[in-house]
Amino acid sequence: MTEVTADTTAAVGGPKARSLYQVNERTRRRHASERRFKMMGLAAVIFSIIALLGLMTSILSNGLSSFRQTYITMEVFLDAARLDKAGNRNPADIEKITTFTIQPLLQAALKKTMEDRAVAVEGVDAKKAFELISKEAAAQLRWFVIENPEYIGKSVTFDLLASGRVDGYYKGRVTMESAALDRNISPQQLMLADELKAAGILESRFNWSFFTAPDASDTRPEAAGLGVAIIGSAYMMLIVLVLALPIGVAASIYLEEFAPQNRWTDLIEVNISNLAAVPSIVFGILGLAIFINFAGLPQSAPIVGALVLTLMTLPTIIIATRAALKAVPPSINDAALGVGASKMQAIFHHILPLAAPGILTGTIIGLAQALGETAPLLLIGMVAFVREYPGAPPEGFFDPASALPVQVYNWTQRGDPAFVERASGAIIVLLIFLVIMNAVAILLRRRFERRW
Amino acid sequence: MSEAATEKAVDTALEASEIKMRGTDVSVYYGEKRALFDVNLDVRKNSVTALIGPSGCGKSTFLRCLNRMNDTIDICRVTGEITLDNEDIYDPKIDVVELRARVGMVFQKPNPFPKSIYENISYGPRIHGLTKSRSELDEIVELSLRKAAIWDEVKDRLNEPGTGLSGGQQQRLCIARAIAVSPEVILMDEPCSALDPIATAKVEELIDELRANFTIVIVTHSMQQAARVSQRTAMFHLGKLIEEGNTDKMFTNPDTKLTQDYITGRFG
Repeated sequence: MTEVTADTTAAVGGPKARSLYQVNERTRRRHASERRFKMMGLAAVIFSIIALLGLMTSILSNGLSSFRQTYITMEVFLDAARLDKAGNRNPADIEKITTFTIQPLLQAALKKTMEDRAVAVEGVDAKKAFELISKEAAAQLRWFVIENPEYIGKSVTFDLLASGRVDGYYKGRVTMESAALDRNISPQQLMLADELKAAGILESRFNWSFFTAPDASDTRPEAAGLGVAIIGSAYMMLIVLVLALPIGVAASIYLEEFAPQNRWTDLIEVNISNLAAVPSIVFGILGLAIFINFAGLPQSAPIVGALVLTLMTLPTIIIATRAALKAVPPSINDAALGVGASKMQAIFHHILPLAAPGILTGTIIGLAQALGETAPLLLIGMVAFVREYPGAPPEGFFDPASALPVQVYNWTQRGDPAFVERASGAIIVLLIFLVIMNAVAILLRRRFERRW
Repeated sequence: MSEAATEKAVDTALEASEIKMRGTDVSVYYGEKRALFDVNLDVRKNSVTALIGPSGCGKSTFLRCLNRMNDTIDICRVTGEITLDNEDIYDPKIDVVELRARVGMVFQKPNPFPKSIYENISYGPRIHGLTKSRSELDEIVELSLRKAAIWDEVKDRLNEPGTGLSGGQQQRLCIARAIAVSPEVILMDEPCSALDPIATAKVEELIDELRANFTIVIVTHSMQQAARVSQRTAMFHLGKLIEEGNTDKMFTNPDTKLTQDYITGRFG
């Protein structure tokens, strides 16, 4: 009887003999669940890091090789008898030179170079050897002659692109075994390439033209570059920044500071949030219908792409800007109004500068999103094959151009595996641009924050 | 006896002194909720008027009506009349920016701009175009900081951020900022509630000095503070003005039991 009473007292919460060293069941369960949660979080982080590393490895291993390119350096005799039959150096006549006229010159030059250096492989004649040189080489020579007619009749040293297969051989994409099955290249030709390399005629160098050259056709991946795409993307980013930032900031300031709180502003707010979630391809259809079909702007032009991307970026910028404005303590607004600042002065002198880092971050995120956006650009025709560089702005905004992500998409559609390498290279370039943009955002943020 | 006579003389002087701001039947609504009921209160020139009362009694609301800071709250509506030198400050034709230049405000929490001390003070004069040259502006900054009794502490660091000062210094900086636009009235919303006793003493001393040049209205939760710094006191309760009068009388011989109870700490 007495014992029962004692037990009850203890259960109700009377003092119980216990030690700090004794952990009760409940506490142990709490600790266990905390440990489980920590493990889960850690696992999630590790998983993301592995996924990211896998992605980076695959892109880098595929794409880094596109930054190197195999060149064949040799002297070519620009035969006047072939290039300028009339002998009067008439620019109109020289313009008419075709790559077919030039090919024999190249072939002869290669043959001569090989003979001079005593490079030869059995079973590879002059015609076969000429296949080591890219088809782009003749075009390169043609442009050189048109631009520098005074060199006709002289010998000039050229760095000529090696063909895609030879280039691939030195990047490990093409092997002797695969060449045996390949109609475009034979193992003997690759052996010749090795000989040329040993003789110092053929060598691998940093591929500047990958960043400057325009796109090239399916048969000459070695000549394809990102020049037009980079210019197109740069133009678009410029227009998006110029349009979306002021419009977005103005809209946010109005909504946040001036607009009355009623059903209309609520509706607008909901719609802006909805707009941010609209699939980008829908914006592409909108752009096609409004900017191209209705407003009659040209297809494939950066201006159209930029307008579509502006529409897409606006909600992001508005949401970020409003959040940044909201985060400025109201006491600052009170302080400014208290010394007699007008609403506008309070906003522009005090609130906006304090919100600037947030606005900048939002803008850069929006721009980065726009830079990587592909779907809407496909619909407005930016996927076209563009070899001409767009002109200088502002007229250049209306010239056909490509864009980096579209170029990636375009190259992955092509048959030659060399284009896969180019596409991965383009992705690396795109990522580098994104990293640069983020770095700029961080730098700007730091600067602004230090000023205050 | 002579002491009583002097006191009497001071009282009459106060009664006779010019009325700077006058509130007539002031009511404030926040949406449907009524926060202030027909308050009639005068603010006398070159005196300190303390508004006291328990939390939520409407004293801050009344204070914020005096320079229309309530305008920033969308749902807030003010009826009745408030005048500054016999001009209605709620007249749609008056410019609220002009009003706030003449009726400055110091807030509960020190809120310096996150800029340099110099810029904090010079901002007001700059936007109102009070100065023509940099040297004039320098003068105003120095004078304001001197009047706010903080010059000696900050004169060597005018270009450092105002947010780097201590709480008490920040509040005096805010007072200097309010003074810099040469207002006629300064409203103070519990200016010492975030400060320690030493800083509070400094600010109170400052308020007493400022009385010579400015008209001050102060909201405070501290009875001692009201007794120390003010000449007139107004007691609010549940949105109504219960009693107002000379501070000495309010604290020694109030007319209403409610005031008596509040002052002696029996409720509130």
